Amino acid sequence: MDHINIFLKGVFIENMIFAYFLGMCSYLAVSKTVKTAVGLGAAVIFVLGVTVPVNYLLENYVLKEGALTWLDPSYADMDLSFLSFIMFIAVIASMVQLVEMLVEKFAPALYGALGIFLPLIAVNCSILGGALFMQERQYSTIGEATNFGISSGIGWFLAIVAIAAIREKIKYSKVPAPMRGLGITFVITGLMGIAFMSFSGINFDTTEKEEEAQDKPLTTEVLDSNLDHASID
Amino acid sequence: MSNDKIKAPKEPLFSKKNKKLVTEPLDDNNPLTIQVLGICSALAITVSIEQALVMTGSVFFVLGAGNMIISLLRNLIPSRIRIIVQLVVVASLVIIVNEVLQAFLPDVAEKLSVFVGLIITNCIIMGRFEAFAMANKPWPSFLDAVGNTVGYGIVLVLVSLFREVFGAGKFFNVPIFGDRIEGTGLYSIGYMDNNFIILAPFALFAVGLIIWIQRARNKSLIEEH
Repeated sequence: MDHINIFLKGVFIENMIFAYFLGMCSYLAVSKTVKTAVGLGAAVIFVLGVTVPVNYLLENYVLKEGALTWLDPSYADMDLSFLSFIMFIAVIASMVQLVEMLVEKFAPALYGALGIFLPLIAVNCSILGGALFMQERQYSTIGEATNFGISSGIGWFLAIVAIAAIREKIKYSKVPAPMRGLGITFVITGLMGIAFMSFSGINFDTTEKEEEAQDKPLTTEVLDSNLDHASID
Repeated sequence: MSNDKIKAPKEPLFSKKNKKLVTEPLDDNNPLTIQVLGICSALAITVSIEQALVMTGSVFFVLGAGNMIISLLRNLIPSRIRIIVQLVVVASLVIIVNEVLQAFLPDVAEKLSVFVGLIITNCIIMGRFEAFAMANKPWPSFLDAVGNTVGYGIVLVLVSLFREVFGAGKFFNVPIFGDRIEGTGLYSIGYMDNNFIILAPFALFAVGLIIWIQRARNKSLIEEH
C-alpha cells in the first residue's frame, strides 16, 4: 500500500462518518454552525494525527504477540493484545490532556478556537476507532499509520463541515415538523453517504495500474476497466 | 435490631419513581432518538438481528455493571479526573465482554470487529455515567441502565429487522422468501431483495424514519430547527 492510496482511502472511500458512522454523537451535536464544526474538525485531525502513531508504537512494541522480543527473546510468545482497549483509551485520554496543555501554553490563539472541544474528543468514537482500525489493518510502517490517522481525520473534518453548512441553510426550508432537527440531519447524512459511496470503485493500488499506465495514457477506458475490475472483486 | 427502626422507611424496590426510570427511556426519553447517544455503534451493526441482539446484550452488561460501579464510587472520584476513571471502568468491562464473545460467539465477534471495542466510547455509557450514576444510588442507577439499554435495543432491533428482512431476505440468518439463486418461493414471481438496504446509508434513513414516526405521535418532542 502506498501513501496516496492510504490517504484517498482514509479521506473518501472509507470515510469515518459515511462508511463506519464513527464519531456520530459529536457529529450530530456540534454541527449546528460551520464555525464550531471547523473547530471540532480541526481538533479531531490533530488528535488522530497524534494518537494513531503513538498507539501504533504501543501495538507493535508492547501489545502484539511477540512484540516484546526487543526486551528479551524469551518473551516471544507473550500476547498482551487483550489489553489493547484499556491501553489505547488510556493513551488517548492522556494524549488529549497533554495536547490540551501544550496547545494552551504554546498556541493560545489555537487554544481559544479549539479549547472547549479538546476534552470532548477523548470520548469521540472516531479516535478510538482510528486506533482499532490501525490495529486491525496492520500497517507496515509508522509513516503509513500516521498517514491513516491524519487522512481519516481530514475525512471527518470534511463530513462535519459539510453537514454544518447544509444545516445552516436548511433552517430556511420547510421541513415536516416531526423531522426538524435530528430527523432531517439523519436523512441528509444518508444521502451524503450515498454520494460518498461513488468513490468506492476507485483503486489507486500500486502494481496493476502502473503496468496499464505504461501501455497507454490514462484515458476513460482505463478508468472504466479499473472500475469494472473493482466491481468484480 | 434497634438500628433498623431508626432508619427512615425504605423505598420499595419498585416504587413509582423507580419504574419510571425503566419505562421513560423506552419511548419519550429514548437514548438513541431523543438523547442522541450511542449512534455510532447502532448504525454500523444493524445488518442482522443477531448482531443487534449481541450488541444490546454487551451494552447491557457494560452499562449495568458500570453504572453500579460508578454509583458506588461516586463520592470517591475527584471531579477533575472523573472522565479517566470512567474510561478505565468501561474499558475493563469491555475487555471482559470482548474475551467472552471471542470465546463463545467467535463468528459474531468477527462480524462486530472493532465495534465491540467501541462500546468504550459509546456515548450512551459515558452519557449515563455523567447524567445519572454520578448523582444516584446503585439500585436506581442499575434500573436506569436497564431502561436505557432496552430503549437502545428496541431501536437496534427495529432497524436491523427492517434491513435484514428487506435487504438480505433473511430473518435470524434463515432465508424467508425462498432461495434466491434457485428462484424458489417469492423469487419465482420476480421478487428481488433490495441490496441497497444492507449498505451503510440506509441505516440512517431507517433511524430517520423511526424519529419521524415517534415525533409525529408525540408532538412535544418536536424540535425548533
